[in-house]
Amino acid sequence: MTLAAGHPGFLSPTGVEVVFLLVGLVTLGAAIVTVTTRQLVHAALWLVAALGGVAVEYLLLTAEFIAWVQVLIYVGSVVVLLLFGLMLTRAPIGRSPDADATRRWPALVVALAAAGTLVTVVVDAFRSTWVEVDGAVAGASKVTGVALFRHWVLPFEALSVLLLAALVGAIVLSRRSGDGAGRTGGRRADERGGKGRS
Amino acid sequence: MSTIVLAALVPALPALGAVFGLLLGRTAPGFVRPLAVLPTLAATVLAVLVAVRQGGGPALRAATELAPTGNDALAVHLALNLDGFAVLVAVLVGVVASCVQLYSTGYLREDPRYPSYAALVSLFTAAMLLVVYSDDLIVLLVGWEVMGICSYFLVGHYWETPAARSASLKAFLVTKLGDVPFLIGILALASETGSFRISTVLARLTSPLSGTDLAHPTLIALLLLAGVAGKSALFPLHSWLPDAMAGPTPVSALIHAATMVASGVYVVGRLLPVFTASAAALVVLAVVAGVTMTGAALAALAQDDVKRVLAYSTISQLAYMAGALAVGDRGASVFHLLTHGAFKALLFLSAGVLIHAAGTNSLTVMSRTGGLARRVPDAFWTMSIALLALAAIPPFSGFFSKEAVLAAAEHAAFGEEAGIPAAAGWLVLVAGLVTALLTASYAVRLWLLAYRPPVAPPQGAPGPVRARAEADTKAAEGVPEHVPQQAPETALAAPEPVHEKDGQLREPAVMTTVLWVLAVPSLVLGLGFLPLPDWFDGRSLAPTVTTSVLATGVSLVGGLVTYATWRHSATLAAARPHGDPDPGLLLLGPLHRHAAAGFHLDALYTAAVVRPVRGAAQLVRFFDRAVVDTYVHGAGHGARLLGAAVRRAQTGNVQTYLGALLTGTLVLAVVAVLAATGNGGA
Amino acid sequence: MHLAYPAVLAVLLFCVGLYGVLARRNAVLVLMSVELMLNAVNLNLVAFDVWLRDSLHAGQALTLFTVALAAAEIGIGLAIVLQVYRNRGTSDIDRLRDLREDADPPPSPAHLPLRTDAQETEQELAQQSRENGREQKLAQQGRETSAGGQTE
Repeated sequence: MTLAAGHPGFLSPTGVEVVFLLVGLVTLGAAIVTVTTRQLVHAALWLVAALGGVAVEYLLLTAEFIAWVQVLIYVGSVVVLLLFGLMLTRAPIGRSPDADATRRWPALVVALAAAGTLVTVVVDAFRSTWVEVDGAVAGASKVTGVALFRHWVLPFEALSVLLLAALVGAIVLSRRSGDGAGRTGGRRADERGGKGRS
Repeated sequence: MSTIVLAALVPALPALGAVFGLLLGRTAPGFVRPLAVLPTLAATVLAVLVAVRQGGGPALRAATELAPTGNDALAVHLALNLDGFAVLVAVLVGVVASCVQLYSTGYLREDPRYPSYAALVSLFTAAMLLVVYSDDLIVLLVGWEVMGICSYFLVGHYWETPAARSASLKAFLVTKLGDVPFLIGILALASETGSFRISTVLARLTSPLSGTDLAHPTLIALLLLAGVAGKSALFPLHSWLPDAMAGPTPVSALIHAATMVASGVYVVGRLLPVFTASAAALVVLAVVAGVTMTGAALAALAQDDVKRVLAYSTISQLAYMAGALAVGDRGASVFHLLTHGAFKALLFLSAGVLIHAAGTNSLTVMSRTGGLARRVPDAFWTMSIALLALAAIPPFSGFFSKEAVLAAAEHAAFGEEAGIPAAAGWLVLVAGLVTALLTASYAVRLWLLAYRPPVAPPQGAPGPVRARAEADTKAAEGVPEHVPQQAPETALAAPEPVHEKDGQLREPAVMTTVLWVLAVPSLVLGLGFLPLPDWFDGRSLAPTVTTSVLATGVSLVGGLVTYATWRHSATLAAARPHGDPDPGLLLLGPLHRHAAAGFHLDALYTAAVVRPVRGAAQLVRFFDRAVVDTYVHGAGHGARLLGAAVRRAQTGNVQTYLGALLTGTLVLAVVAVLAATGNGGA
Repeated sequence: MHLAYPAVLAVLLFCVGLYGVLARRNAVLVLMSVELMLNAVNLNLVAFDVWLRDSLHAGQALTLFTVALAAAEIGIGLAIVLQVYRNRGTSDIDRLRDLREDADPPPSPAHLPLRTDAQETEQELAQQSRENGREQKLAQQGRETSAGGQTE
């Protein structure tokens, strides 16, 4: 741990910092577009950009393994899954006027307030903290693997069980029940809705 | 068995009969009649046995402690006191109750509520016997109150009719109104004399050695008098008794002749030394008695309902007894109680037969029908005897007992009685003579209107009176418009006048038998003035010449005047289409209207008591609705509004919930941060 | 590098995701926003791990776990969304209001600002009235049958 005393201030950023900032801006912009765009598919694609930006930031923080995992899992599978989800729920292609609820203003207020509070606290706390990224790579595959399989074996195995359970759960949830096979969703929804109301 | 044990069985048997009657009434209807009649009969036999064994000797007493009261001297005892008064009154109660029970087996043959009725009559009898035999004021009060509640139930026997309901409520409330001061009086008396035992109280009061004197004799006597007035229907608490006619006729007989009303007089007789201790109380008693006897007799002369005539007559006769007590002669009082019990029971029971036969209570209607004497000869003859006794015509029983009362009043009036104010004597004497006149008058009126056929129209008078009278009868059987408070039994409980034989209505044999059984004491009980002084205080009950001549004279005058008036008015009535043969109209003149309404005492009570109470109730209701309920409703509405406000937050939208959750979290975080840095940064 | 940069970036990403979770109507979009929030957390973890450089590499290990959990979450979440869509015909969160508390009098105006627009409100009201009518009809039928039973 090093203090900021012997390091450049915020007004004279290092090269890494400049790159980090630029990528961070891109990431943040992509994220904002993701949550505001009215085209649902575009939202998924902008999510790819945001997640990719985060992966680059990992690289800049010398966490290589995490960065590739991020690219593999998030960009490679999660976003694909989300796209599938959008398709299966017949999300409209093109602009949908009702993508955001009318409560977006309260939501914006809450989000901004949270951001203000957290940024204030974080900046106040870590104003002078310096992270050494020029030395040894912190997140090389070897280092991470050693730590993971030496110290974190048990949680790792537990996590595998969790994944299995999630897998089974997803399959069970996705399977159409036998009696409802021939029906369209709409009609059943009507019935359920009526039942639920009454 | 000793006399005491026998005496203890006397009230116990009807009470047990009542309990079993109530228990078995529904499950074993066959036992109801034996259970009603046999215990009462057995109790009567035992009462007679007790009377014979006691034989007018010194009082037999026995006591066992019943309940401690916290003051050893004031323990409540289950005590018996068998003196001449008690045993004789018990015999009267037993005989009348037995007659009533026997009569009821016929009278209420078809009544679905007969089991509970019979049980209540038994309980009533038991309570009265308890009052008669008891030597303890608290036990006496228990019997007294049991009678009150039984009378409530029995008067309200036909509770389907509003008249019976209100009459039973009225009887209950009015007697309870008197019972409250009575209870206070008992407690005051006991605390001043230091005992609940009547014999002890009397011994301490009368014995010159004990030196006990009541500190407030007038107060105690007046408090007790209030209870007695309520129970014995003395002015101004008498108004329940005429209304109590809404009950079945045997109940009226029981209440009027032997129990209930007699208990008040009897209790005053028992506690007479308490009253004689205060001259003021005696004068008050005399005034009450005088007002009651003349007023009730006047009212009786104006009533249209047979049973109400008899009810007012009872009130008047009870006032005679009270008058005798006011002049300090309880022997005469109880003597009149005995004879009156006999002939008044007879009057009521025969009136019941008469009412069945006529199908109406109304005298006016009966007078138009005529021929009732032929249809119910037993009732006619026995009722005639009883009316003669009531009118105090020698040699019937009423004559002797009334003479005893008047003689006692005469003694008091001329100052021959120590400690009795002469004013009380004069008051009772004058009122008694006036009432004798009126009594004879209304007795004759009743007899004439009920049994004498209508006078034939004079020669040449127009109108088929007979046919019209019969038509009127038929109309009147539906809703007799003349009767202010029609006893409902004609519609509800009339046992079918069965045994149609030779065109005559035959009442059940048991009913007529009872009538003749009761006629015997009405005839001969007057001779009791010879042996009775030995049983009582030893004072002579023989009639004195002056009062005998006077009273009999005014009675005859009253009877004859009434007869003459009847002839006159009946002739007029026959001649005119809407005439009324009632001689009371002519005799009372302008007073008739007021007398028929009981001198508007009920209206007075309505104005003085009922309306204020209703007003207060409405005020309370308003207060409850407008003030108290406002708070209650306010609490409810407040919770409801709060719930509605909270319900608005339940939109069902998860994102709203989450937003609210995050906002709260944020606020908490800010507060926490500010608190942490506020300490450090300040 | 200053730690403030990744930390602030993480905070901003997180708040953007937060906004998305609160404001989006489509359930799939909400899931995307959740992914954004998870990534913000991951970024934080990695940054602090690099800063602290502890021997356990707790930050990176936890990041991996989070990634795995996120994968599981997205799988289950999408499965649920699909099932809901099949049953209700919509993946619109605003329409999934079975937990709503209905006021005894017709829905109070407090509901209305949360609706998207007047048109949909009208649609919903129309649907409700249709359903009410059907219920009344059913109730009437029930009464008639019961009355018939009584008369028989």
